[in-house]
Amino acid sequence: MATILDNKAEVDASPETVVVRFAGDSGDGMQLTGGQFTLSTALAGNDLSTFPDFPAEIRAPQGTLFGVSAFQINFGSSAITTAGDAPDVLVAMNPAALKTNAPDLKPGGLIIADTGEFNRRNLDKAKYETNPIEDGSLAKWQVLAFDISALTLESVKPFGLGVKDALRCKNMWTLGLALWMFERDRQPLVDWLKSKFARNPVLADANIAALNAGHAYGETAELSGPLKQIHVQPAPVPDGLYRTVTGADAISLGLVAGAQLAGLPMFFGGYPITPASAILHSLSKLKEYDVTTFQAEDEIAAIASAIGASYAGSLGVTSSSGPGIALKGEAMGLAIMTELPLVIINSQRGGPSTGLPTKTEQSDLYQAVYGRNGDAPMPVIAARSPSDAFDCAIEACRIATQYMTPVMVLTDGYIANAAEPWAVPDMSSYAPFPTTFLTEAQEGGLKPYARDEKLKRPWIKPGTPGLMHRIGGIEKEVDTGHINYGSENHQAMTEIRRDKVLGIARGIRQQVDQGTEGGDLVVVGWGSTFGPISQAVRRARAAGKDVSHVHIRHIWPLPENLEALLKSYKNILVPEMNTGQLKTVLRDQYLVDARPLNKVSGQPFRIWEIEKAIDAFFDGVPGNEGGTVPADHTQLPNAVSGYDDGSLKPHVHSPQSN
Amino acid sequence: MNEMTTIKVETTIKDWETDQEVRWCPGCGDYAILKAVQRTLPELGADPRNTVFVSGIGCSSRFPYYVESYGFHTIHGRAPAVATGVKLANPELDVWIITGDGDGLSIGGNHTMHILRRNLDCQILLFNNEIYGLTKGQYSPTSREGTKSPTSPLGSIDHPAKPAAFALGSGGRFIGRGFDVSKNLPDVLKAAYRHKGAAFVEIFQNCIVYNKDVFADFTEKKNADEGQLWCEDGKPMLFSKGTKGITLDREHLCLKVVEVVDGDWQAADVIVHDVTNRSVAHMLVEMPFGLFPMALGVLYDDPRPSFDEEVGHQHLKAISGKKPDLQKLVSQGETWTVTRGGPEL
Repeated sequence: MATILDNKAEVDASPETVVVRFAGDSGDGMQLTGGQFTLSTALAGNDLSTFPDFPAEIRAPQGTLFGVSAFQINFGSSAITTAGDAPDVLVAMNPAALKTNAPDLKPGGLIIADTGEFNRRNLDKAKYETNPIEDGSLAKWQVLAFDISALTLESVKPFGLGVKDALRCKNMWTLGLALWMFERDRQPLVDWLKSKFARNPVLADANIAALNAGHAYGETAELSGPLKQIHVQPAPVPDGLYRTVTGADAISLGLVAGAQLAGLPMFFGGYPITPASAILHSLSKLKEYDVTTFQAEDEIAAIASAIGASYAGSLGVTSSSGPGIALKGEAMGLAIMTELPLVIINSQRGGPSTGLPTKTEQSDLYQAVYGRNGDAPMPVIAARSPSDAFDCAIEACRIATQYMTPVMVLTDGYIANAAEPWAVPDMSSYAPFPTTFLTEAQEGGLKPYARDEKLKRPWIKPGTPGLMHRIGGIEKEVDTGHINYGSENHQAMTEIRRDKVLGIARGIRQQVDQGTEGGDLVVVGWGSTFGPISQAVRRARAAGKDVSHVHIRHIWPLPENLEALLKSYKNILVPEMNTGQLKTVLRDQYLVDARPLNKVSGQPFRIWEIEKAIDAFFDGVPGNEGGTVPADHTQLPNAVSGYDDGSLKPHVHSPQSN
Repeated sequence: MNEMTTIKVETTIKDWETDQEVRWCPGCGDYAILKAVQRTLPELGADPRNTVFVSGIGCSSRFPYYVESYGFHTIHGRAPAVATGVKLANPELDVWIITGDGDGLSIGGNHTMHILRRNLDCQILLFNNEIYGLTKGQYSPTSREGTKSPTSPLGSIDHPAKPAAFALGSGGRFIGRGFDVSKNLPDVLKAAYRHKGAAFVEIFQNCIVYNKDVFADFTEKKNADEGQLWCEDGKPMLFSKGTKGITLDREHLCLKVVEVVDGDWQAADVIVHDVTNRSVAHMLVEMPFGLFPMALGVLYDDPRPSFDEEVGHQHLKAISGKKPDLQKLVSQGETWTVTRGGPEL
């Protein structure tokens, strides 16, 4: 039976947005629960944003603090652009999940806990001396604690499963309860379970029974306390077809679309790395779109094979995360020198070295823009959200083939894993950018390094009669492409390579994402900080502050009007999940006083952190603008997950100390 | 080799020469290898427009600049990886990889191993001069123990790698051996070309500046009879003008040299070379020079389906019955439609 501990605060019965976090052991199926809840939320017409957070270990020891896996979803009736600052509802499947996640919960928020897991052994593993459900330490929240384990076992009894299998239905029981709370239709879940367990109908039926039992429990428990249904109105979105999409999905689809728009077969050379592997996984299944995937022996072979494929007339693509991108650096230089098209996807993660494989960071901007030997200019574009990654991938394919250059697309662990609703694009609205290959020598003989008006050299496929020529990493002679170490020639070629890439900026104009051109303050962002910046600017503007939001997609070359745009504001704030990398580029390029706001805790910005930084420009106190946001354990991703040695970090403390 | 080779193209040695000035040291063994290749290509009926030479970094890797075909001088050690992309993107192309002992076995050893185990259809010519030439004479992974060089003034300590043994151990299905000035080199190259799959040819090459005459023990005319064992499929393994042969020591499961009296090699139980015998191939590539002659020619040739071929087959199977539809692709997964009345399934 439910133990109702406290009831002092009310959860808003019809809020604009709600944040729910599911947390449990890595074996509890929390990511799957969260994913299915996301789907039902999308079907209910809410806008949403999610944040999956899981340990770096595949199977961390059961019940431990570092084995906690969590999934947070923010959904509502208005536009949602972040996974939410603090949860309203926390579902904690064991003591460790409660310990690591409760501090994040809003005061008065609801904790749903499975008492079946709150035994001495699990409390010890979570370093609880006394049972928090019984000792009053959760007093500032509402707690609904009952034996979900036992209720699940009861509900699946008729199916004769072993205890272990039966307990694995717990997540569906919990999901059933959550569906009841938010008035969601169970049918899509039932259909999904039937197809997932098509080969094992007993498991399908058991899971459906658990789902129904959780739902029924909600209806009954409603009579008895804090558990009440919360209705969130559908978000006002344009009519049309929608689906959920993660950044990794969107990148893969965008690459396929980009290659098709260029009229080229795609060759993808990849090597598994977190969090970029998902792109290789999904492209491997799309062979009918003229996609060849190659799992190479290492990161270098992955990019080198892609370069070879581009040389032979395909669109070469490779993908990795920071450490792998570092290994690919020399080959990028080869693609720059030989002027072959190539798309490089970098799903950034915390660094340096192995760093934080499953945590998000934006700290590869220097690496992307500057990280090669020699003067090696390369276009860089950054996706702001999972759905934006689709358009960025297409844009990268366009630039690569239209300018004969490698292009890097920056996403990050947050964008790669997070899901959001996506208005399915009308592909006929994308203008094709067909590729042309040189088929006969230019007047006066073959010149593989002759230029068109964009300074692009011709693309010549081996197999073309009469156009045999040699390319390579040694400096090329202007026009002929022969080896040439001459000083004047190197000067000329260096300038050509620079000017070609800078020329890409022609026609790329930076828009103001929110607010006006000119004013007191502009918040300049790039990549996945789009969500929190746009919300913070929205709130600040609502409070009457003259602040605008400019979010940069083209990191290099920067948009042609950006200098004039930035100089139209009195102040510039650049929030980044690094120690100030875009800030450096902006200062260098435009000699503007861009003030950094930095956060490098492996956690996305929260809206209030940016709001606070905005306020500092208007508070009349000199010299307090910008700075560093300190690490904060009360936020997903939680600092206790993801350490390979399983150690706990000193700033992790118990709910009582909050 | 590729399927197109059935269409022979008439060329002469001149058609395979570029207008580029060859920049190897005068007397370098690379000149002889270049000529051997340029002489062989017309005999094979190879088509310059469908031929791609891919190289890494080092003296040998300048090779593509001097062959009038498509050429890609890539980065150190990575030629096999680049070549894999070239061949998978266009399996019609004839791909030759030119590498050296440093490029192919040191910095690029990993890629050499993987291209061989995958069995990409290509020819890999590894010029082994047992030294780093382009960086001015440091010892290489094939340098013999005790090699004195700028980085090993007291003699190198590293135990050397054996290229042919490495290639066979990596799963190679064609192992050939020759040396720069050998008149038999074109025959080895032709056999490599005809082999469908990765064909690995180790070519001993004389670096006259940094490792002069290191192979003279068997390459020089006066040492040829005693020092060279030319292996030919179906022929007995004889050397020293037929007075010596190689037999199997059945007790110790190894090879040994036997005297052949009056040409009666059967009586001496000399092995008849079978290019598909992998066990004997392992012994041939490991035969210690000095106690034995140097095994040369086609040591092993037993094709299996090539990587590019298999990729193609799998591709065709995967796409059969599927029609690419971009709009459908972006619309798949869990979708819902929003209309003014709210969302519906």
